[in-house]
Amino acid sequence: MGRYLLRRLLIAIPSLLGISLVLFAVLALAPGDPFGELASNPNVPPEVAAGLRAKFGLDDPVFLRYVRWLSAMLHGDWGFSFVSRTDVDSLIWQRLPATLLVIGSSQIVALLIALPVGVYSAMRRYSIFDQLANLWAFIGFSLPPFFTGLLFILLFSIYLDWLPFVFRSDLGASGWDWYWEEFKQALMPVAVLALFQAASWTRYVRSSVLEVIRLDYVTTARAKGLPERRVIVKHVLRNALIPVVTLVALQMPALFGGAIVTEQIFRIPGIGSLLISSILANDTPVIMAVTFVFACLVVLFNLIADLLYGWLDPRIAYR
Amino acid sequence: MAGSTLASPTASAGREFSRGNEAASPGLETWRRFCRHRLAVASTVILAAMLLAVACGPFLWRVPINDIDFTAHLDGPSWAHPFGTDDLGQDLLARMLYGGRISLAVGLAAMLVAVTVGTAIGAAAGMARGSVDAALMWLTDLFLSLPPLPLLLLVIYLFREPLTQLVGPELGTFILIVAVIGGFRWMQVARLVRGQFLSLREKEFVEAARAVGMSSRRLVARHILPNSLGPIIVAGTIDVAAAIIAESTLSFLGLGFPPDIPTWGRILFDAKDYLDIAPHWALFAGGAIFLAVLSINFIGDGLRDALDPRSSA
Repeated sequence: MGRYLLRRLLIAIPSLLGISLVLFAVLALAPGDPFGELASNPNVPPEVAAGLRAKFGLDDPVFLRYVRWLSAMLHGDWGFSFVSRTDVDSLIWQRLPATLLVIGSSQIVALLIALPVGVYSAMRRYSIFDQLANLWAFIGFSLPPFFTGLLFILLFSIYLDWLPFVFRSDLGASGWDWYWEEFKQALMPVAVLALFQAASWTRYVRSSVLEVIRLDYVTTARAKGLPERRVIVKHVLRNALIPVVTLVALQMPALFGGAIVTEQIFRIPGIGSLLISSILANDTPVIMAVTFVFACLVVLFNLIADLLYGWLDPRIAYR
Repeated sequence: MAGSTLASPTASAGREFSRGNEAASPGLETWRRFCRHRLAVASTVILAAMLLAVACGPFLWRVPINDIDFTAHLDGPSWAHPFGTDDLGQDLLARMLYGGRISLAVGLAAMLVAVTVGTAIGAAAGMARGSVDAALMWLTDLFLSLPPLPLLLLVIYLFREPLTQLVGPELGTFILIVAVIGGFRWMQVARLVRGQFLSLREKEFVEAARAVGMSSRRLVARHILPNSLGPIIVAGTIDVAAAIIAESTLSFLGLGFPPDIPTWGRILFDAKDYLDIAPHWALFAGGAIFLAVLSINFIGDGLRDALDPRSSA
């Protein structure tokens, strides 16, 4: 397992490099010049502008600039936010926990919905339950998160007045009340994301269980006289989950899109809303850094998926 | 994966069905299989109605989209304004009919970009094999691990100004959004096409055509590509839905089309601050997006049953 993990880690490095290359290429190809204002400002003499350009290496070859940018990123020097007047990395560290909390708990909730529903629909294929679950799944992944969010706010905050619709990081309560308030305000964002994920996962689980359930070893397990429940949980599920993990890992990047929207609707102080506000404020260093962090998170979640593979299918780990 | 699985019961049933009617052409049989998916048929009707409405609606419902009327501020649905009005008293039905054109057009155009790029890359990888294949698939995997929305936002942020100066705000935003959405959605199609090409190029009929001396360009155009069309069409259909969601997401974040172009996502963006006093505003726009995406997804599911009978999902 250790060597397998190491190999996976080494494979992650080229993809991180590739991502950084794409990001830098987008930035470098973009028209517009960070010193454009200086050049057009009559109060700045041209030789001062040229000196500044030389100092920051703006006229160097693209490759050199990429290496310099990358090494700065690796050293943890992510630049300085024009708007908040702080270092970008401290800004991101401040915002990251909220994002990870919402994404992580929504994944868990989605899993808790998708696994039982998917397995049960596969066991009762073409039953009423299966058809309803299928319809629900289609509705779930056709409802864009921003609309689900607004519907939830309309129903639970405005009509029923049960839940707050603005996420506050400065809750007045303390002790158990604090946890309760925190739970209440996280409920809707987590539910929005979980619904979106669970809908497509349900279909993955269902079709993958259907593939596995007709294999010979499952018949053997039944022939031994094992109760159906044990056959499903002990024998079918573990093998059925292998392709599900692949599909879930492939969907990870899309999940972050949903997370950005959810943070924006419920005003959660995470890196997604930070991205939107810095785009609206033209804060390029923050935009670049947040995009890079999202890309790193995708790679991280892919690593977790690889670990799950190793656990689900030990042959992969020892190959 | 297709090809390794056994034919599903529905597929063999379809074949027997056609044997009863000697004249059934492959196209007709596909149509019959599609019709068996009742939700897909209903969705086709709904989507056709929506397309017709946005295409012809503005000629029938002749209320201007930017007619400001403060006496009708935030009105609910009525005979004068079937979908109600927004905060400036503008008629929402007219705005949604006009904006729907843009939303649906972006979906279709972005799908075309994604399918074209994906088919080209997948075909190149599948035909060339070797190091070209490896490089192209590395690129595909790289794009698959990029988070699309943050990158969409980054690209739009960096390129919007120059492009709008070049071709005007409306066309510039349209081109940018279509190119960017399509440019981040071609990977699934590329993988599908490559897989199809790799398996089809070893089939006997392709070998026979090659033995007759067909050039590989003609081989692709006449034999391999037409035979891999089914999965491409299914993936393309799903891509339309995804592109509509992507465009509405951008507009909803206030980073898509400018305010004077009321796409459905943009209407929702404007409506979200009046959710408590004018919920109809958000519900009509969001409902339109939901209905369009849902029916496209169902059509995609029906097409999968019709075109790819071996997939059992």
